[in-house]
Amino acid sequence: MRSRVREFDSSTLNESVQNTIMRDLKAVGKKFMHVLYPRKSNTLLRDWDLWGPLILCVTLALMLQRGSVDSEKDGGPQFAEVFVIVWFGAVTITLNSKLLGGNISFFQSLCVLGYCILPLTVAMLVCRLVLLAELGPINFMVRFFVVIVMFAWSIVASTAFLADSQPPNRKALAVYPVFLFYFVISWMILTFTPQ
Amino acid sequence: MAAADELAFHAEFEEATNLLAQTPDAAITRSDQLTPQGHVAVVMDSGGSYGADDEVESDKAALLQEEKQQPGFWTFGYYQSFFDVDTSQVLDRIKGSLLPRPGHNFVRHHLRNRPDLYGPFWICATLAFVLAITGNLTLVLAQRRDPSIHYSPQFHKVTVAGITIYCYAWLVPLALWGFLRWRRGVRERVGPYTFLETVCVYGYSLFVFIPTVLWLIPVPWLQWLFGALALALSAAGLVFTLWPVVREDTRLAATVLLSTVVLLHTLLAMGCKFYFFQPLPLEHVAPPHQAMSQPPNTLPPTLPRSMAT
Repeated sequence: MRSRVREFDSSTLNESVQNTIMRDLKAVGKKFMHVLYPRKSNTLLRDWDLWGPLILCVTLALMLQRGSVDSEKDGGPQFAEVFVIVWFGAVTITLNSKLLGGNISFFQSLCVLGYCILPLTVAMLVCRLVLLAELGPINFMVRFFVVIVMFAWSIVASTAFLADSQPPNRKALAVYPVFLFYFVISWMILTFTPQ
Repeated sequence: MAAADELAFHAEFEEATNLLAQTPDAAITRSDQLTPQGHVAVVMDSGGSYGADDEVESDKAALLQEEKQQPGFWTFGYYQSFFDVDTSQVLDRIKGSLLPRPGHNFVRHHLRNRPDLYGPFWICATLAFVLAITGNLTLVLAQRRDPSIHYSPQFHKVTVAGITIYCYAWLVPLALWGFLRWRRGVRERVGPYTFLETVCVYGYSLFVFIPTVLWLIPVPWLQWLFGALALALSAAGLVFTLWPVVREDTRLAATVLLSTVVLLHTLLAMGCKFYFFQPLPLEHVAPPHQAMSQPPNTLPPTLPRSMAT
C-alpha cells in the first residue's frame, strides 16, 4: 500500500524491519499533520497510502463498541457496520466524484477521505473521556460542541484537497456526499452511550 | 403549356448532361428549386469548392457518427453520461418536484430527455439516513419525557431504512416502466418514458419527505398535517407526470395505474411514520402487558395458601 515511487528502490529490500516500519509510520504521521493543519498542498495526493485510513477506521470502530449488548437489535453499530459504512461510503463518494468528471484518482480520493476521519477519531477519544464523568446536560453539551467542531474540521480538511479536482459548476454536487458521510460518522459518535 | 414545359425540361436536361460530362463531380440542381447555398456553390465552380463541400459533408458525417457511437455498458463513459448534470440543474429539478403544477410535466419540462442518476441515488441515501436519525431522536425526546423508556441507538434502523427506500425507489419504477411498455404494445399511441426517466421522477419526488424532520414536533395533529402535505405534493407530482402518458389508454387502465401509484406512495409514507416515529404507543403498551401477565402467575400460589389458612 505504498506509492509507486518507493517500489522501484530495490535497496529497501535489505534494510532492517525497523527502518521500513519507521519510514511508513513517519509518512503516516506527516499526513496526519497535513490533515490537522490543512493547507493547500499535494502531499496527501502525491504519496497516497491507505495505512492511515485503516488505522483510523479500526480505532474508531473499536471505540464505538460497547461493553455488553442486550440484544442484537438494541445497540449501537457493530464493528462490521462501522467498517462497512466508512469503507463503502468512501468508495461511493469516490465513484460519485469520478462519475461527475473529477480528475482525481480512485486511491487518492480514498486516501484523502480516510485521513480526514482523524479529527472525528480525536472527537471520539474526547467523548469517551468526557463520558467517564457523570452524565447530564452539561456532559451532552460538551460532547456536542466537540463533535460539531471536529465535524467542521473534517469537512474543511477534505474539501481543501478534493474541491480542486472538480469543475467549478459541480463542486457542490461532489462536496455534498462528503458532508453526508462525515455527518453520519459524527452522529454515530454523538449517540454513543456506554452501558 | 405542358408541351412547352416539357420542352424546357428537355433543354435543361440536355444542358445538365453536358455539364455533367464536363465536370463529373459537380452536383447539378435546377435553379428554381430551393437548394441550400452549399449546393449552389458547388454547381458554379466544382474544382475550387469541392474541397469545402467535402469538408462540410465529412464534418456532418463525423457528428452523426459520434452521436450514433454510444459507449458500451461495460465502459466507464457509459455511466458517466448519467451524471452529466450541474449543480444548478439538480437544484432546478428539486424545485420542480417540490411544486407540481397540472400542466407541467416533470419529465418534459425539467428533465428535458436528459435523466440523471445523481438525484435519485443521493436523495434516497439522504432520506434513509434522515429517517433513521430522526427515529432515534424521537426515542431520545420520548425518553426525556418518560424516563422509564430504555434508550439505545438503534443502528439496525439505518439498514432497514436504506433497504426500504432503495427498493421502493428502484423496483417500483421498474414495475411501472414494464407495465407502461406492455400497454404500449396494446395501444400504439401510448408513448412511455424510458426506465431512467421513471427512476428520476420517483427519486426526485421522494425529496419532499426529507423535511419531515419536522415530525419531531410532538403534536399529533401537526404530524399528521405535515405527513398529509408531503404525501399530497409527492403524489401530485407523480400523477401530473404520468397523466399525459396514461390518458390515451382506456379509462380503466388509467385509473388503476394512477390509483396504484398513489396507494404505494401512501403505504410508504405510512410505513415510515409508524416504524420510525412512534416509540411511545409501543412502550406504553408493553408495561401493561407485563403488569397483566404478573397477577395470573401470582394468583394460583396465593389461592391455595389462603384456602389453607
